[in-house]
Amino acid sequence: MVVIIDYGLGNLGSIKNMLNKIGIQSEISNDLEKINNAEKLILPGVGSFDNGMSSLNDLNLIEALTQKVIIEKTPILGICLGMQLMTKNSQEGTLPGLGWINAETKKFKTHTNTRKFPVPQMGWNYIDIKKNTPICTDFFSESKFYFVHAYYVETYNPDDVLFQSQYGENYTSGFEYKNIIGVQFHPEKSHKYGMKLLRNFINNY
Amino acid sequence: MALIRVIPILLLRNGGLVKSIKFADYKYVGDPLNAVKIFNEKEVDELIFLDITATLEGKKPNLVFLKEIASECFMPLTYGGGIKTADEIKDILKVGIEKVCINSAAVENPEMIKKSVDRYGSSSICVSIDVKKNFLGKYEIYTHSGTKNTKYDPVSFAIEMDKAGVGELIVNSIDADGTMNGYNAEIIKKITEKVNMQVVAAGGAGNLEHMFDVVKHGGASAVAAGSMFVFHGKMRAVLISYPSQDEIKNTFIS
Repeated sequence: MVVIIDYGLGNLGSIKNMLNKIGIQSEISNDLEKINNAEKLILPGVGSFDNGMSSLNDLNLIEALTQKVIIEKTPILGICLGMQLMTKNSQEGTLPGLGWINAETKKFKTHTNTRKFPVPQMGWNYIDIKKNTPICTDFFSESKFYFVHAYYVETYNPDDVLFQSQYGENYTSGFEYKNIIGVQFHPEKSHKYGMKLLRNFINNY
Repeated sequence: MALIRVIPILLLRNGGLVKSIKFADYKYVGDPLNAVKIFNEKEVDELIFLDITATLEGKKPNLVFLKEIASECFMPLTYGGGIKTADEIKDILKVGIEKVCINSAAVENPEMIKKSVDRYGSSSICVSIDVKKNFLGKYEIYTHSGTKNTKYDPVSFAIEMDKAGVGELIVNSIDADGTMNGYNAEIIKKITEKVNMQVVAAGGAGNLEHMFDVVKHGGASAVAAGSMFVFHGKMRAVLISYPSQDEIKNTFIS
Protein backbone atom coordinates (compact mmCIF):
# COMPACT_ATOMS: atom_id res chain seq x y z
CA MET A 1 0.00 0.00 0.00
CA VAL A 2 1.06 3.57 -0.73
CA VAL A 3 0.79 5.73 2.37
CA ILE A 4 0.49 9.52 2.11
CA ILE A 5 1.81 10.76 5.43
CA ASP A 6 -0.70 12.95 7.21
CA TYR A 7 0.96 15.37 9.59
CA GLY A 8 -1.65 18.07 9.32
CA LEU A 9 0.00 20.07 6.53
CA GLY A 10 -0.72 20.24 2.88
CA ASN A 11 -3.27 19.29 0.37
CA LEU A 12 -3.36 15.53 0.89
CA GLY A 13 -6.67 15.12 -0.89
CA SER A 14 -5.30 16.21 -4.24
CA ILE A 15 -2.46 13.67 -4.14
CA LYS A 16 -4.96 10.92 -3.42
CA ASN A 17 -7.23 12.26 -6.20
CA MET A 18 -4.46 12.00 -8.74
CA LEU A 19 -3.39 8.53 -7.58
CA ASN A 20 -7.04 7.43 -7.91
CA LYS A 21 -7.12 8.84 -11.41
CA ILE A 22 -4.13 6.70 -12.45
CA GLY A 23 -5.56 3.62 -10.73
CA ILE A 24 -3.30 3.47 -7.69
CA GLN A 25 -4.73 2.77 -4.25
CA SER A 26 -3.41 4.88 -1.44
CA GLU A 27 -4.18 5.79 2.12
CA ILE A 28 -3.79 9.08 3.97
CA SER A 29 -2.54 8.25 7.46
CA ASN A 30 -0.28 9.01 10.40
CA ASP A 31 -0.80 5.62 12.02
CA LEU A 32 2.57 4.08 12.92
CA GLU A 33 1.51 0.56 12.03
CA LYS A 34 0.22 1.60 8.62
CA ILE A 35 3.44 3.50 7.96
CA ASN A 36 5.51 0.48 9.06
CA ASN A 37 3.66 -1.73 6.59
CA ALA A 38 3.76 0.73 3.68
CA GLU A 39 5.48 -0.28 0.44
CA LYS A 40 5.85 3.33 -0.68
CA LEU A 41 5.67 6.57 1.23
CA ILE A 42 4.75 10.07 0.12
CA LEU A 43 5.72 13.00 2.35
CA PRO A 44 3.70 16.04 1.25
CA GLY A 45 3.56 19.42 2.92
CA VAL A 46 2.68 23.06 2.55
CA GLY A 47 3.56 25.62 5.19
CA SER A 48 6.55 26.47 7.31
CA PHE A 49 9.59 24.28 8.06
CA ASP A 50 9.44 24.41 11.87
CA ASN A 51 5.72 23.80 11.81
CA GLY A 52 6.35 20.69 9.70
CA MET A 53 9.15 19.32 11.89
CA SER A 54 7.25 19.87 15.13
CA SER A 55 4.14 18.20 13.70
CA LEU A 56 6.22 15.15 12.71
CA ASN A 57 7.74 15.16 16.18
CA ASP A 58 4.38 15.48 17.97
CA LEU A 59 3.08 12.46 16.06
CA ASN A 60 6.23 10.42 16.90
CA LEU A 61 6.88 10.08 13.21
CA ILE A 62 10.53 11.15 13.02
CA GLU A 63 12.00 7.94 14.44
CA ALA A 64 9.50 5.69 12.67
CA LEU A 65 10.12 7.32 9.30
CA THR A 66 13.89 7.26 9.73
CA GLN A 67 13.78 3.54 10.52
CA LYS A 68 11.58 2.93 7.49
CA VAL A 69 13.55 5.09 5.05
CA ILE A 70 17.18 4.75 6.19
CA ILE A 71 17.25 1.18 7.60
CA GLU A 72 14.53 -0.57 5.59
CA LYS A 73 15.13 1.53 2.48
CA THR A 74 11.46 2.00 1.66
CA PRO A 75 11.07 4.33 -1.35
CA ILE A 76 9.84 7.76 -0.32
CA LEU A 77 8.80 10.79 -2.35
CA GLY A 78 8.93 14.21 -0.66
CA ILE A 79 6.82 16.94 -2.25
CA CYS A 80 7.47 20.68 -1.75
CA LEU A 81 7.92 21.20 2.02
CA GLY A 82 8.16 17.39 2.27
CA MET A 83 11.32 17.60 0.13
CA GLN A 84 12.74 20.43 2.23
CA LEU A 85 12.15 18.56 5.51
CA MET A 86 14.49 15.81 4.23
CA THR A 87 17.41 18.27 4.31
CA LYS A 88 19.56 19.14 7.34
CA ASN A 89 17.99 22.51 8.11
CA SER A 90 16.26 25.55 6.64
CA GLN A 91 16.74 29.29 6.69
CA GLU A 92 13.01 29.42 7.34
CA GLY A 93 13.29 27.97 10.83
CA THR A 94 15.53 26.88 13.70
CA LEU A 95 14.64 23.20 14.10
CA PRO A 96 16.89 20.56 12.53
CA GLY A 97 15.45 18.76 9.50
CA LEU A 98 15.31 14.99 8.98
CA GLY A 99 18.84 15.19 7.55
CA TRP A 100 18.48 12.26 5.16
CA ILE A 101 20.31 14.05 2.39
CA ASN A 102 23.39 16.26 2.31
CA ALA A 103 21.52 19.48 1.60
CA GLU A 104 20.15 22.61 3.22
CA THR A 105 17.04 24.69 2.54
CA LYS A 106 17.60 28.33 1.62
CA LYS A 107 15.51 31.41 0.90
CA PHE A 108 15.03 32.54 -2.69
CA LYS A 109 16.42 35.96 -3.50
CA THR A 110 14.19 38.26 -5.57
CA HIS A 111 15.87 38.59 -8.95
CA THR A 112 15.15 41.35 -11.42
CA ASN A 113 17.81 40.50 -14.03
CA THR A 114 15.84 39.61 -17.18
CA ARG A 115 12.44 40.38 -15.63
CA LYS A 116 10.98 40.44 -12.14
CA PHE A 117 10.90 37.07 -10.35
CA PRO A 118 8.61 37.62 -7.35
CA VAL A 119 9.02 35.39 -4.28
CA PRO A 120 7.23 33.05 -3.67
CA GLN A 121 7.55 31.53 -7.12
CA MET A 122 4.01 30.61 -8.09
CA GLY A 123 3.49 28.98 -11.43
CA TRP A 124 4.68 26.53 -14.06
CA ASN A 125 8.33 25.93 -14.77
CA TYR A 126 10.39 23.54 -16.85
CA ILE A 127 12.85 21.05 -15.43
CA ASP A 128 16.23 19.93 -16.74
CA ILE A 129 16.79 16.25 -16.11
CA LYS A 130 20.26 15.94 -14.57
CA LYS A 131 20.36 12.18 -14.19
CA ASN A 132 18.24 9.65 -15.95
CA THR A 133 16.73 7.41 -13.30
CA PRO A 134 13.52 5.30 -13.35
CA ILE A 135 11.51 8.30 -12.12
CA CYS A 136 12.05 9.90 -15.57
CA THR A 137 10.92 6.90 -17.65
CA ASP A 138 9.03 8.05 -20.77
CA PHE A 139 8.82 11.67 -19.61
CA PHE A 140 7.12 14.03 -22.04
CA SER A 141 9.49 16.30 -23.91
CA GLU A 142 9.47 19.71 -22.24
CA SER A 143 7.94 18.39 -19.03
CA LYS A 144 6.66 21.23 -16.90
CA PHE A 145 5.39 21.32 -13.35
CA TYR A 146 3.54 23.63 -10.96
CA PHE A 147 5.68 25.25 -8.26
CA VAL A 148 4.74 27.25 -5.17
CA HIS A 149 7.68 28.06 -2.91
CA ALA A 150 9.78 30.77 -1.32
CA TYR A 151 12.61 28.42 -0.23
CA TYR A 152 14.68 25.99 -2.29
CA VAL A 153 17.02 23.09 -1.59
CA GLU A 154 20.75 23.44 -2.03
CA THR A 155 22.31 20.00 -2.53
CA TYR A 156 25.98 19.55 -1.62
CA ASN A 157 26.60 16.31 -3.47
CA PRO A 158 26.22 16.98 -7.22
CA ASP A 159 25.38 13.30 -7.81
CA ASP A 160 22.14 13.75 -5.89
CA VAL A 161 20.74 16.35 -8.27
CA LEU A 162 17.86 14.88 -10.26
CA PHE A 163 16.20 17.99 -11.73
CA GLN A 164 17.26 21.57 -12.08
CA SER A 165 15.05 24.59 -12.77
CA GLN A 166 15.59 28.27 -13.32
CA TYR A 167 13.94 31.12 -11.46
CA GLY A 168 16.27 34.08 -11.79
CA GLU A 169 18.99 31.55 -10.92
CA ASN A 170 19.47 27.80 -11.34
CA TYR A 171 18.40 25.64 -8.43
CA THR A 172 17.76 21.99 -7.60
CA SER A 173 14.10 21.22 -8.23
CA GLY A 174 14.47 17.49 -7.57
CA PHE A 175 16.94 15.17 -5.87
CA GLU A 176 17.38 11.42 -5.76
CA TYR A 177 19.67 9.67 -3.31
CA LYS A 178 19.28 5.88 -2.94
CA ASN A 179 15.59 5.32 -2.10
CA ILE A 180 14.95 8.99 -1.29
CA ILE A 181 13.39 11.29 -3.88
CA GLY A 182 12.35 14.89 -3.33
CA VAL A 183 10.63 17.26 -5.74
CA GLN A 184 10.03 20.96 -5.16
CA PHE A 185 7.00 21.14 -7.44
CA HIS A 186 3.50 19.68 -7.02
CA PRO A 187 3.06 16.65 -9.31
CA GLU A 188 -0.53 16.33 -8.04
CA LYS A 189 -1.31 19.72 -9.64
CA SER A 190 0.70 19.21 -12.83
CA HIS A 191 -1.71 17.44 -15.21
CA LYS A 192 -0.27 14.52 -17.23
CA TYR A 193 3.31 15.47 -16.34
CA GLY A 194 2.61 14.89 -12.66
CA MET A 195 0.67 11.70 -13.36
CA LYS A 196 3.66 10.31 -15.22
CA LEU A 197 6.03 11.10 -12.35
CA LEU A 198 3.76 9.60 -9.69
CA ARG A 199 3.17 6.49 -11.77
CA ASN A 200 6.93 6.06 -12.30
CA PHE A 201 7.56 6.42 -8.56
CA ILE A 202 4.96 3.78 -7.71
CA ASN A 203 5.84 1.33 -10.51
CA ASN A 204 9.61 1.63 -10.83
CA TYR A 205 10.82 1.76 -7.23
CA MET B 1 12.45 29.13 -17.24
CA ALA B 2 9.37 30.29 -15.34
CA LEU B 3 6.32 30.54 -17.57
CA ILE B 4 3.65 33.25 -17.61
CA ARG B 5 0.42 31.77 -16.28
CA VAL B 6 -2.67 32.05 -18.48
CA ILE B 7 -5.73 31.64 -16.27
CA PRO B 8 -9.43 31.31 -17.12
CA ILE B 9 -11.70 33.10 -14.63
CA LEU B 10 -15.12 31.50 -14.27
CA LEU B 11 -17.98 33.44 -12.73
CA LEU B 12 -20.60 31.56 -10.76
CA ARG B 13 -24.11 32.86 -10.30
CA ASN B 14 -26.83 30.72 -8.71
CA GLY B 15 -24.97 27.53 -9.57
CA GLY B 16 -24.40 28.37 -13.24
CA LEU B 17 -21.52 29.99 -15.09
CA VAL B 18 -22.06 33.49 -16.45
CA LYS B 19 -20.00 36.14 -18.22
CA SER B 20 -20.47 39.88 -18.00
CA ILE B 21 -19.63 43.00 -19.98
CA LYS B 22 -18.42 45.84 -17.72
CA PHE B 23 -19.84 43.94 -14.72
CA ALA B 24 -23.36 43.97 -16.27
CA ASP B 25 -25.28 42.13 -19.03
CA TYR B 26 -24.67 38.71 -17.54
CA LYS B 27 -24.99 35.91 -20.04
CA TYR B 28 -25.36 32.24 -19.07
CA VAL B 29 -22.45 30.26 -20.48
CA GLY B 30 -22.93 26.78 -19.05
CA ASP B 31 -22.62 24.23 -16.31
CA PRO B 32 -19.56 24.71 -14.08
CA LEU B 33 -18.60 21.04 -13.66
CA ASN B 34 -18.77 20.45 -17.37
CA ALA B 35 -16.59 23.52 -17.99
CA VAL B 36 -14.07 22.31 -15.41
CA LYS B 37 -13.79 18.96 -17.18
CA ILE B 38 -13.18 20.65 -20.52
CA PHE B 39 -10.57 23.03 -19.08
CA ASN B 40 -8.86 20.11 -17.35
CA GLU B 41 -8.63 18.22 -20.65
CA LYS B 42 -7.14 21.32 -22.25
CA GLU B 43 -4.48 21.36 -19.51
CA VAL B 44 -5.03 24.94 -18.41
CA ASP B 45 -2.38 26.47 -16.16
CA GLU B 46 -4.85 27.27 -13.39
CA LEU B 47 -8.52 28.05 -12.84
CA ILE B 48 -10.12 30.83 -10.81
CA PHE B 49 -13.73 30.46 -9.64
CA LEU B 50 -15.54 33.53 -8.38
CA ASP B 51 -19.04 33.33 -6.93
CA ILE B 52 -20.21 36.83 -7.78
CA THR B 53 -23.45 36.79 -5.80
CA ALA B 54 -22.10 35.19 -2.60
CA THR B 55 -21.18 38.46 -0.85
CA LEU B 56 -24.25 40.33 -2.14
CA GLU B 57 -26.58 37.60 -0.88
CA GLY B 58 -24.58 36.78 2.25
CA LYS B 59 -24.04 33.17 1.14
CA LYS B 60 -21.31 30.87 2.48
CA PRO B 61 -18.99 28.99 0.10
CA ASN B 62 -20.53 25.76 -1.23
CA LEU B 63 -18.02 23.19 0.01
CA VAL B 64 -19.70 20.20 -1.60
CA PHE B 65 -19.46 21.86 -4.99
CA LEU B 66 -15.85 22.92 -4.39
CA LYS B 67 -14.89 19.39 -3.38
CA GLU B 68 -16.46 18.04 -6.54
CA ILE B 69 -14.46 20.50 -8.65
CA ALA B 70 -11.21 19.75 -6.82
CA SER B 71 -11.48 16.03 -7.49
CA GLU B 72 -11.81 16.70 -11.23
CA CYS B 73 -8.96 19.16 -11.51
CA PHE B 74 -5.28 18.37 -11.78
CA MET B 75 -4.17 21.97 -11.80
CA PRO B 76 -4.21 24.71 -9.13
CA LEU B 77 -7.57 26.18 -8.21
CA THR B 78 -8.55 29.48 -6.67
CA TYR B 79 -11.96 30.12 -5.15
CA GLY B 80 -13.43 33.49 -4.27
CA GLY B 81 -16.85 34.65 -3.14
CA GLY B 82 -18.40 35.39 0.24
CA ILE B 83 -15.27 34.78 2.33
CA LYS B 84 -15.42 37.01 5.41
CA THR B 85 -13.27 35.38 8.11
CA ALA B 86 -9.91 33.63 8.38
CA ASP B 87 -11.64 30.59 9.90
CA GLU B 88 -13.74 29.92 6.79
CA ILE B 89 -10.60 29.58 4.68
CA LYS B 90 -9.49 26.38 6.41
CA ASP B 91 -12.46 24.38 5.14
CA ILE B 92 -11.99 25.63 1.59
CA LEU B 93 -8.31 24.66 1.49
CA LYS B 94 -9.15 21.31 3.03
CA VAL B 95 -11.34 20.18 0.14
CA GLY B 96 -8.43 20.56 -2.27
CA ILE B 97 -8.57 24.22 -3.35
CA GLU B 98 -5.06 25.79 -3.32
CA LYS B 99 -5.89 29.45 -2.98
CA VAL B 100 -8.70 31.62 -1.78
CA CYS B 101 -9.45 34.98 -3.32
CA ILE B 102 -10.76 37.78 -1.13
CA ASN B 103 -12.27 40.95 -2.53
CA SER B 104 -14.89 42.88 -0.50
CA ALA B 105 -13.66 41.65 2.91
CA ALA B 106 -10.07 42.67 2.12
CA VAL B 107 -11.12 46.30 1.78
CA GLU B 108 -13.52 46.25 4.71
CA ASN B 109 -11.22 44.34 7.05
CA PRO B 110 -7.52 44.32 6.11
CA GLU B 111 -6.69 42.80 9.52
CA MET B 112 -8.43 39.63 8.38
CA ILE B 113 -5.99 39.42 5.49
CA LYS B 114 -2.95 39.64 7.81
CA LYS B 115 -4.42 36.95 10.02
CA SER B 116 -5.09 34.69 7.03
CA VAL B 117 -1.56 35.11 5.67
CA ASP B 118 -0.06 34.24 9.06
CA ARG B 119 -2.22 31.19 9.37
CA TYR B 120 -2.23 29.72 5.85
CA GLY B 121 0.85 31.26 4.22
CA SER B 122 1.27 33.87 1.47
CA SER B 123 0.84 31.42 -1.35
CA SER B 124 -2.70 30.46 -0.27
CA ILE B 125 -4.00 34.00 0.02
CA CYS B 126 -4.97 35.97 -3.05
CA VAL B 127 -6.70 39.35 -3.04
CA SER B 128 -8.63 40.72 -6.00
CA ILE B 129 -9.59 44.31 -6.66
CA ASP B 130 -12.08 45.66 -9.18
CA VAL B 131 -10.99 49.09 -10.38
CA LYS B 132 -12.70 51.83 -12.39
CA LYS B 133 -11.56 55.24 -13.53
CA ASN B 134 -13.75 58.14 -12.34
CA PHE B 135 -14.58 61.21 -14.46
CA LEU B 136 -11.47 62.97 -13.15
CA GLY B 137 -9.26 60.16 -14.42
CA LYS B 138 -8.55 58.78 -10.95
CA TYR B 139 -8.76 55.03 -10.30
CA GLU B 140 -11.03 53.76 -7.51
CA ILE B 141 -11.68 50.33 -6.00
CA TYR B 142 -15.20 48.92 -6.18
CA THR B 143 -16.44 46.02 -4.05
CA HIS B 144 -19.57 43.83 -3.92
CA SER B 145 -19.25 42.78 -7.57
CA GLY B 146 -18.70 46.33 -8.74
CA THR B 147 -21.78 47.78 -7.05
CA LYS B 148 -20.07 49.70 -4.24
CA ASN B 149 -17.52 52.47 -4.77
CA THR B 150 -15.08 52.51 -1.84
CA LYS B 151 -13.13 55.48 -3.28
CA TYR B 152 -9.94 53.66 -2.23
CA ASP B 153 -6.85 54.21 -4.32
CA PRO B 154 -5.80 50.88 -5.90
CA VAL B 155 -2.06 51.59 -5.73
CA SER B 156 -1.94 52.40 -2.01
CA PHE B 157 -4.24 49.48 -1.27
CA ALA B 158 -1.98 47.15 -3.30
CA ILE B 159 1.04 48.34 -1.29
CA GLU B 160 -0.85 47.62 1.94
CA MET B 161 -1.72 44.10 0.75
CA ASP B 162 1.88 43.50 -0.34
CA LYS B 163 3.07 44.47 3.15
CA ALA B 164 0.47 42.19 4.70
CA GLY B 165 2.15 39.30 2.86
CA VAL B 166 -0.53 38.55 0.26
CA GLY B 167 0.94 36.19 -2.37
CA GLU B 168 -1.01 37.37 -5.35
CA LEU B 169 -3.17 40.32 -6.39
CA ILE B 170 -5.71 40.08 -9.21
CA VAL B 171 -6.39 43.49 -10.73
CA ASN B 172 -9.59 43.58 -12.73
CA SER B 173 -10.61 46.58 -14.79
CA ILE B 174 -14.38 47.12 -14.70
CA ASP B 175 -14.29 49.35 -17.81
CA ALA B 176 -12.43 46.74 -19.84
CA ASP B 177 -14.36 43.69 -18.53
CA GLY B 178 -15.91 41.63 -21.31
CA THR B 179 -14.94 44.11 -24.04
CA MET B 180 -12.17 41.86 -25.40
CA ASN B 181 -10.34 45.00 -26.54
CA GLY B 182 -7.25 44.57 -24.40
CA TYR B 183 -6.22 44.97 -20.78
CA ASN B 184 -5.81 48.25 -18.97
CA ALA B 185 -2.01 48.10 -18.81
CA GLU B 186 -1.82 51.56 -17.25
CA ILE B 187 -3.23 50.59 -13.85
CA ILE B 188 -1.36 47.27 -13.88
CA LYS B 189 1.90 49.14 -14.42
CA LYS B 190 1.18 51.65 -11.64
CA ILE B 191 0.73 48.71 -9.27
CA THR B 192 3.55 46.40 -10.42
CA GLU B 193 6.02 49.28 -10.07
CA LYS B 194 5.22 49.48 -6.37
CA VAL B 195 4.80 45.89 -5.16
CA ASN B 196 6.78 42.64 -5.03
CA MET B 197 3.92 40.15 -5.03
CA GLN B 198 2.55 38.42 -8.10
CA VAL B 199 0.11 40.62 -10.02
CA VAL B 200 -2.50 38.99 -12.25
CA ALA B 201 -4.02 41.20 -14.95
CA ALA B 202 -7.73 40.69 -15.60
CA GLY B 203 -10.42 42.36 -17.70
CA GLY B 204 -10.39 43.00 -21.42
CA ALA B 205 -8.42 40.11 -22.94
CA GLY B 206 -9.49 39.20 -26.45
CA ASN B 207 -6.39 37.47 -27.76
CA LEU B 208 -2.85 36.38 -26.89
CA GLU B 209 -1.40 39.64 -28.15
CA HIS B 210 -3.31 41.50 -25.44
CA MET B 211 -1.75 39.14 -22.92
CA PHE B 212 1.74 39.73 -24.26
CA ASP B 213 1.18 43.51 -24.09
CA VAL B 214 0.10 43.58 -20.46
CA VAL B 215 3.08 41.46 -19.44
CA LYS B 216 5.51 43.59 -21.42
CA HIS B 217 4.04 47.03 -20.75
CA GLY B 218 2.27 46.43 -17.46
CA GLY B 219 4.72 44.05 -15.80
CA ALA B 220 1.99 41.51 -14.99
CA SER B 221 3.25 38.16 -13.68
CA ALA B 222 0.17 36.29 -14.91
CA VAL B 223 -2.82 36.97 -17.12
CA ALA B 224 -6.46 36.02 -16.64
CA ALA B 225 -9.44 36.12 -18.94
CA GLY B 226 -13.12 35.20 -19.09
CA SER B 227 -14.77 36.00 -22.43
CA MET B 228 -11.73 34.98 -24.46
CA PHE B 229 -12.07 31.39 -23.20
CA VAL B 230 -15.86 31.02 -23.30
CA PHE B 231 -16.98 32.95 -26.37
CA HIS B 232 -16.31 32.38 -30.02
CA GLY B 233 -16.76 34.81 -32.91
CA LYS B 234 -18.46 38.19 -33.22
CA MET B 235 -21.83 36.84 -32.13
CA ARG B 236 -20.31 35.62 -28.85
CA ALA B 237 -21.42 32.02 -29.27
CA VAL B 238 -20.56 29.96 -26.22
CA LEU B 239 -17.57 27.72 -26.92
CA ILE B 240 -14.91 26.81 -24.39
CA SER B 241 -11.38 27.12 -25.74
CA TYR B 242 -7.82 27.53 -24.51
CA PRO B 243 -4.63 28.21 -26.48
CA SER B 244 -2.22 25.33 -27.06
CA GLN B 245 0.99 25.03 -25.06
CA ASP B 246 2.98 26.06 -28.14
CA GLU B 247 0.82 29.13 -28.77
CA ILE B 248 1.30 30.27 -25.18
CA LYS B 249 5.03 29.60 -25.27
CA ASN B 250 5.52 31.47 -28.53
CA THR B 251 3.47 34.41 -27.29
CA PHE B 252 5.63 35.14 -24.29
CA ILE B 253 9.03 34.11 -25.60
CA SER B 254 8.91 36.49 -28.57
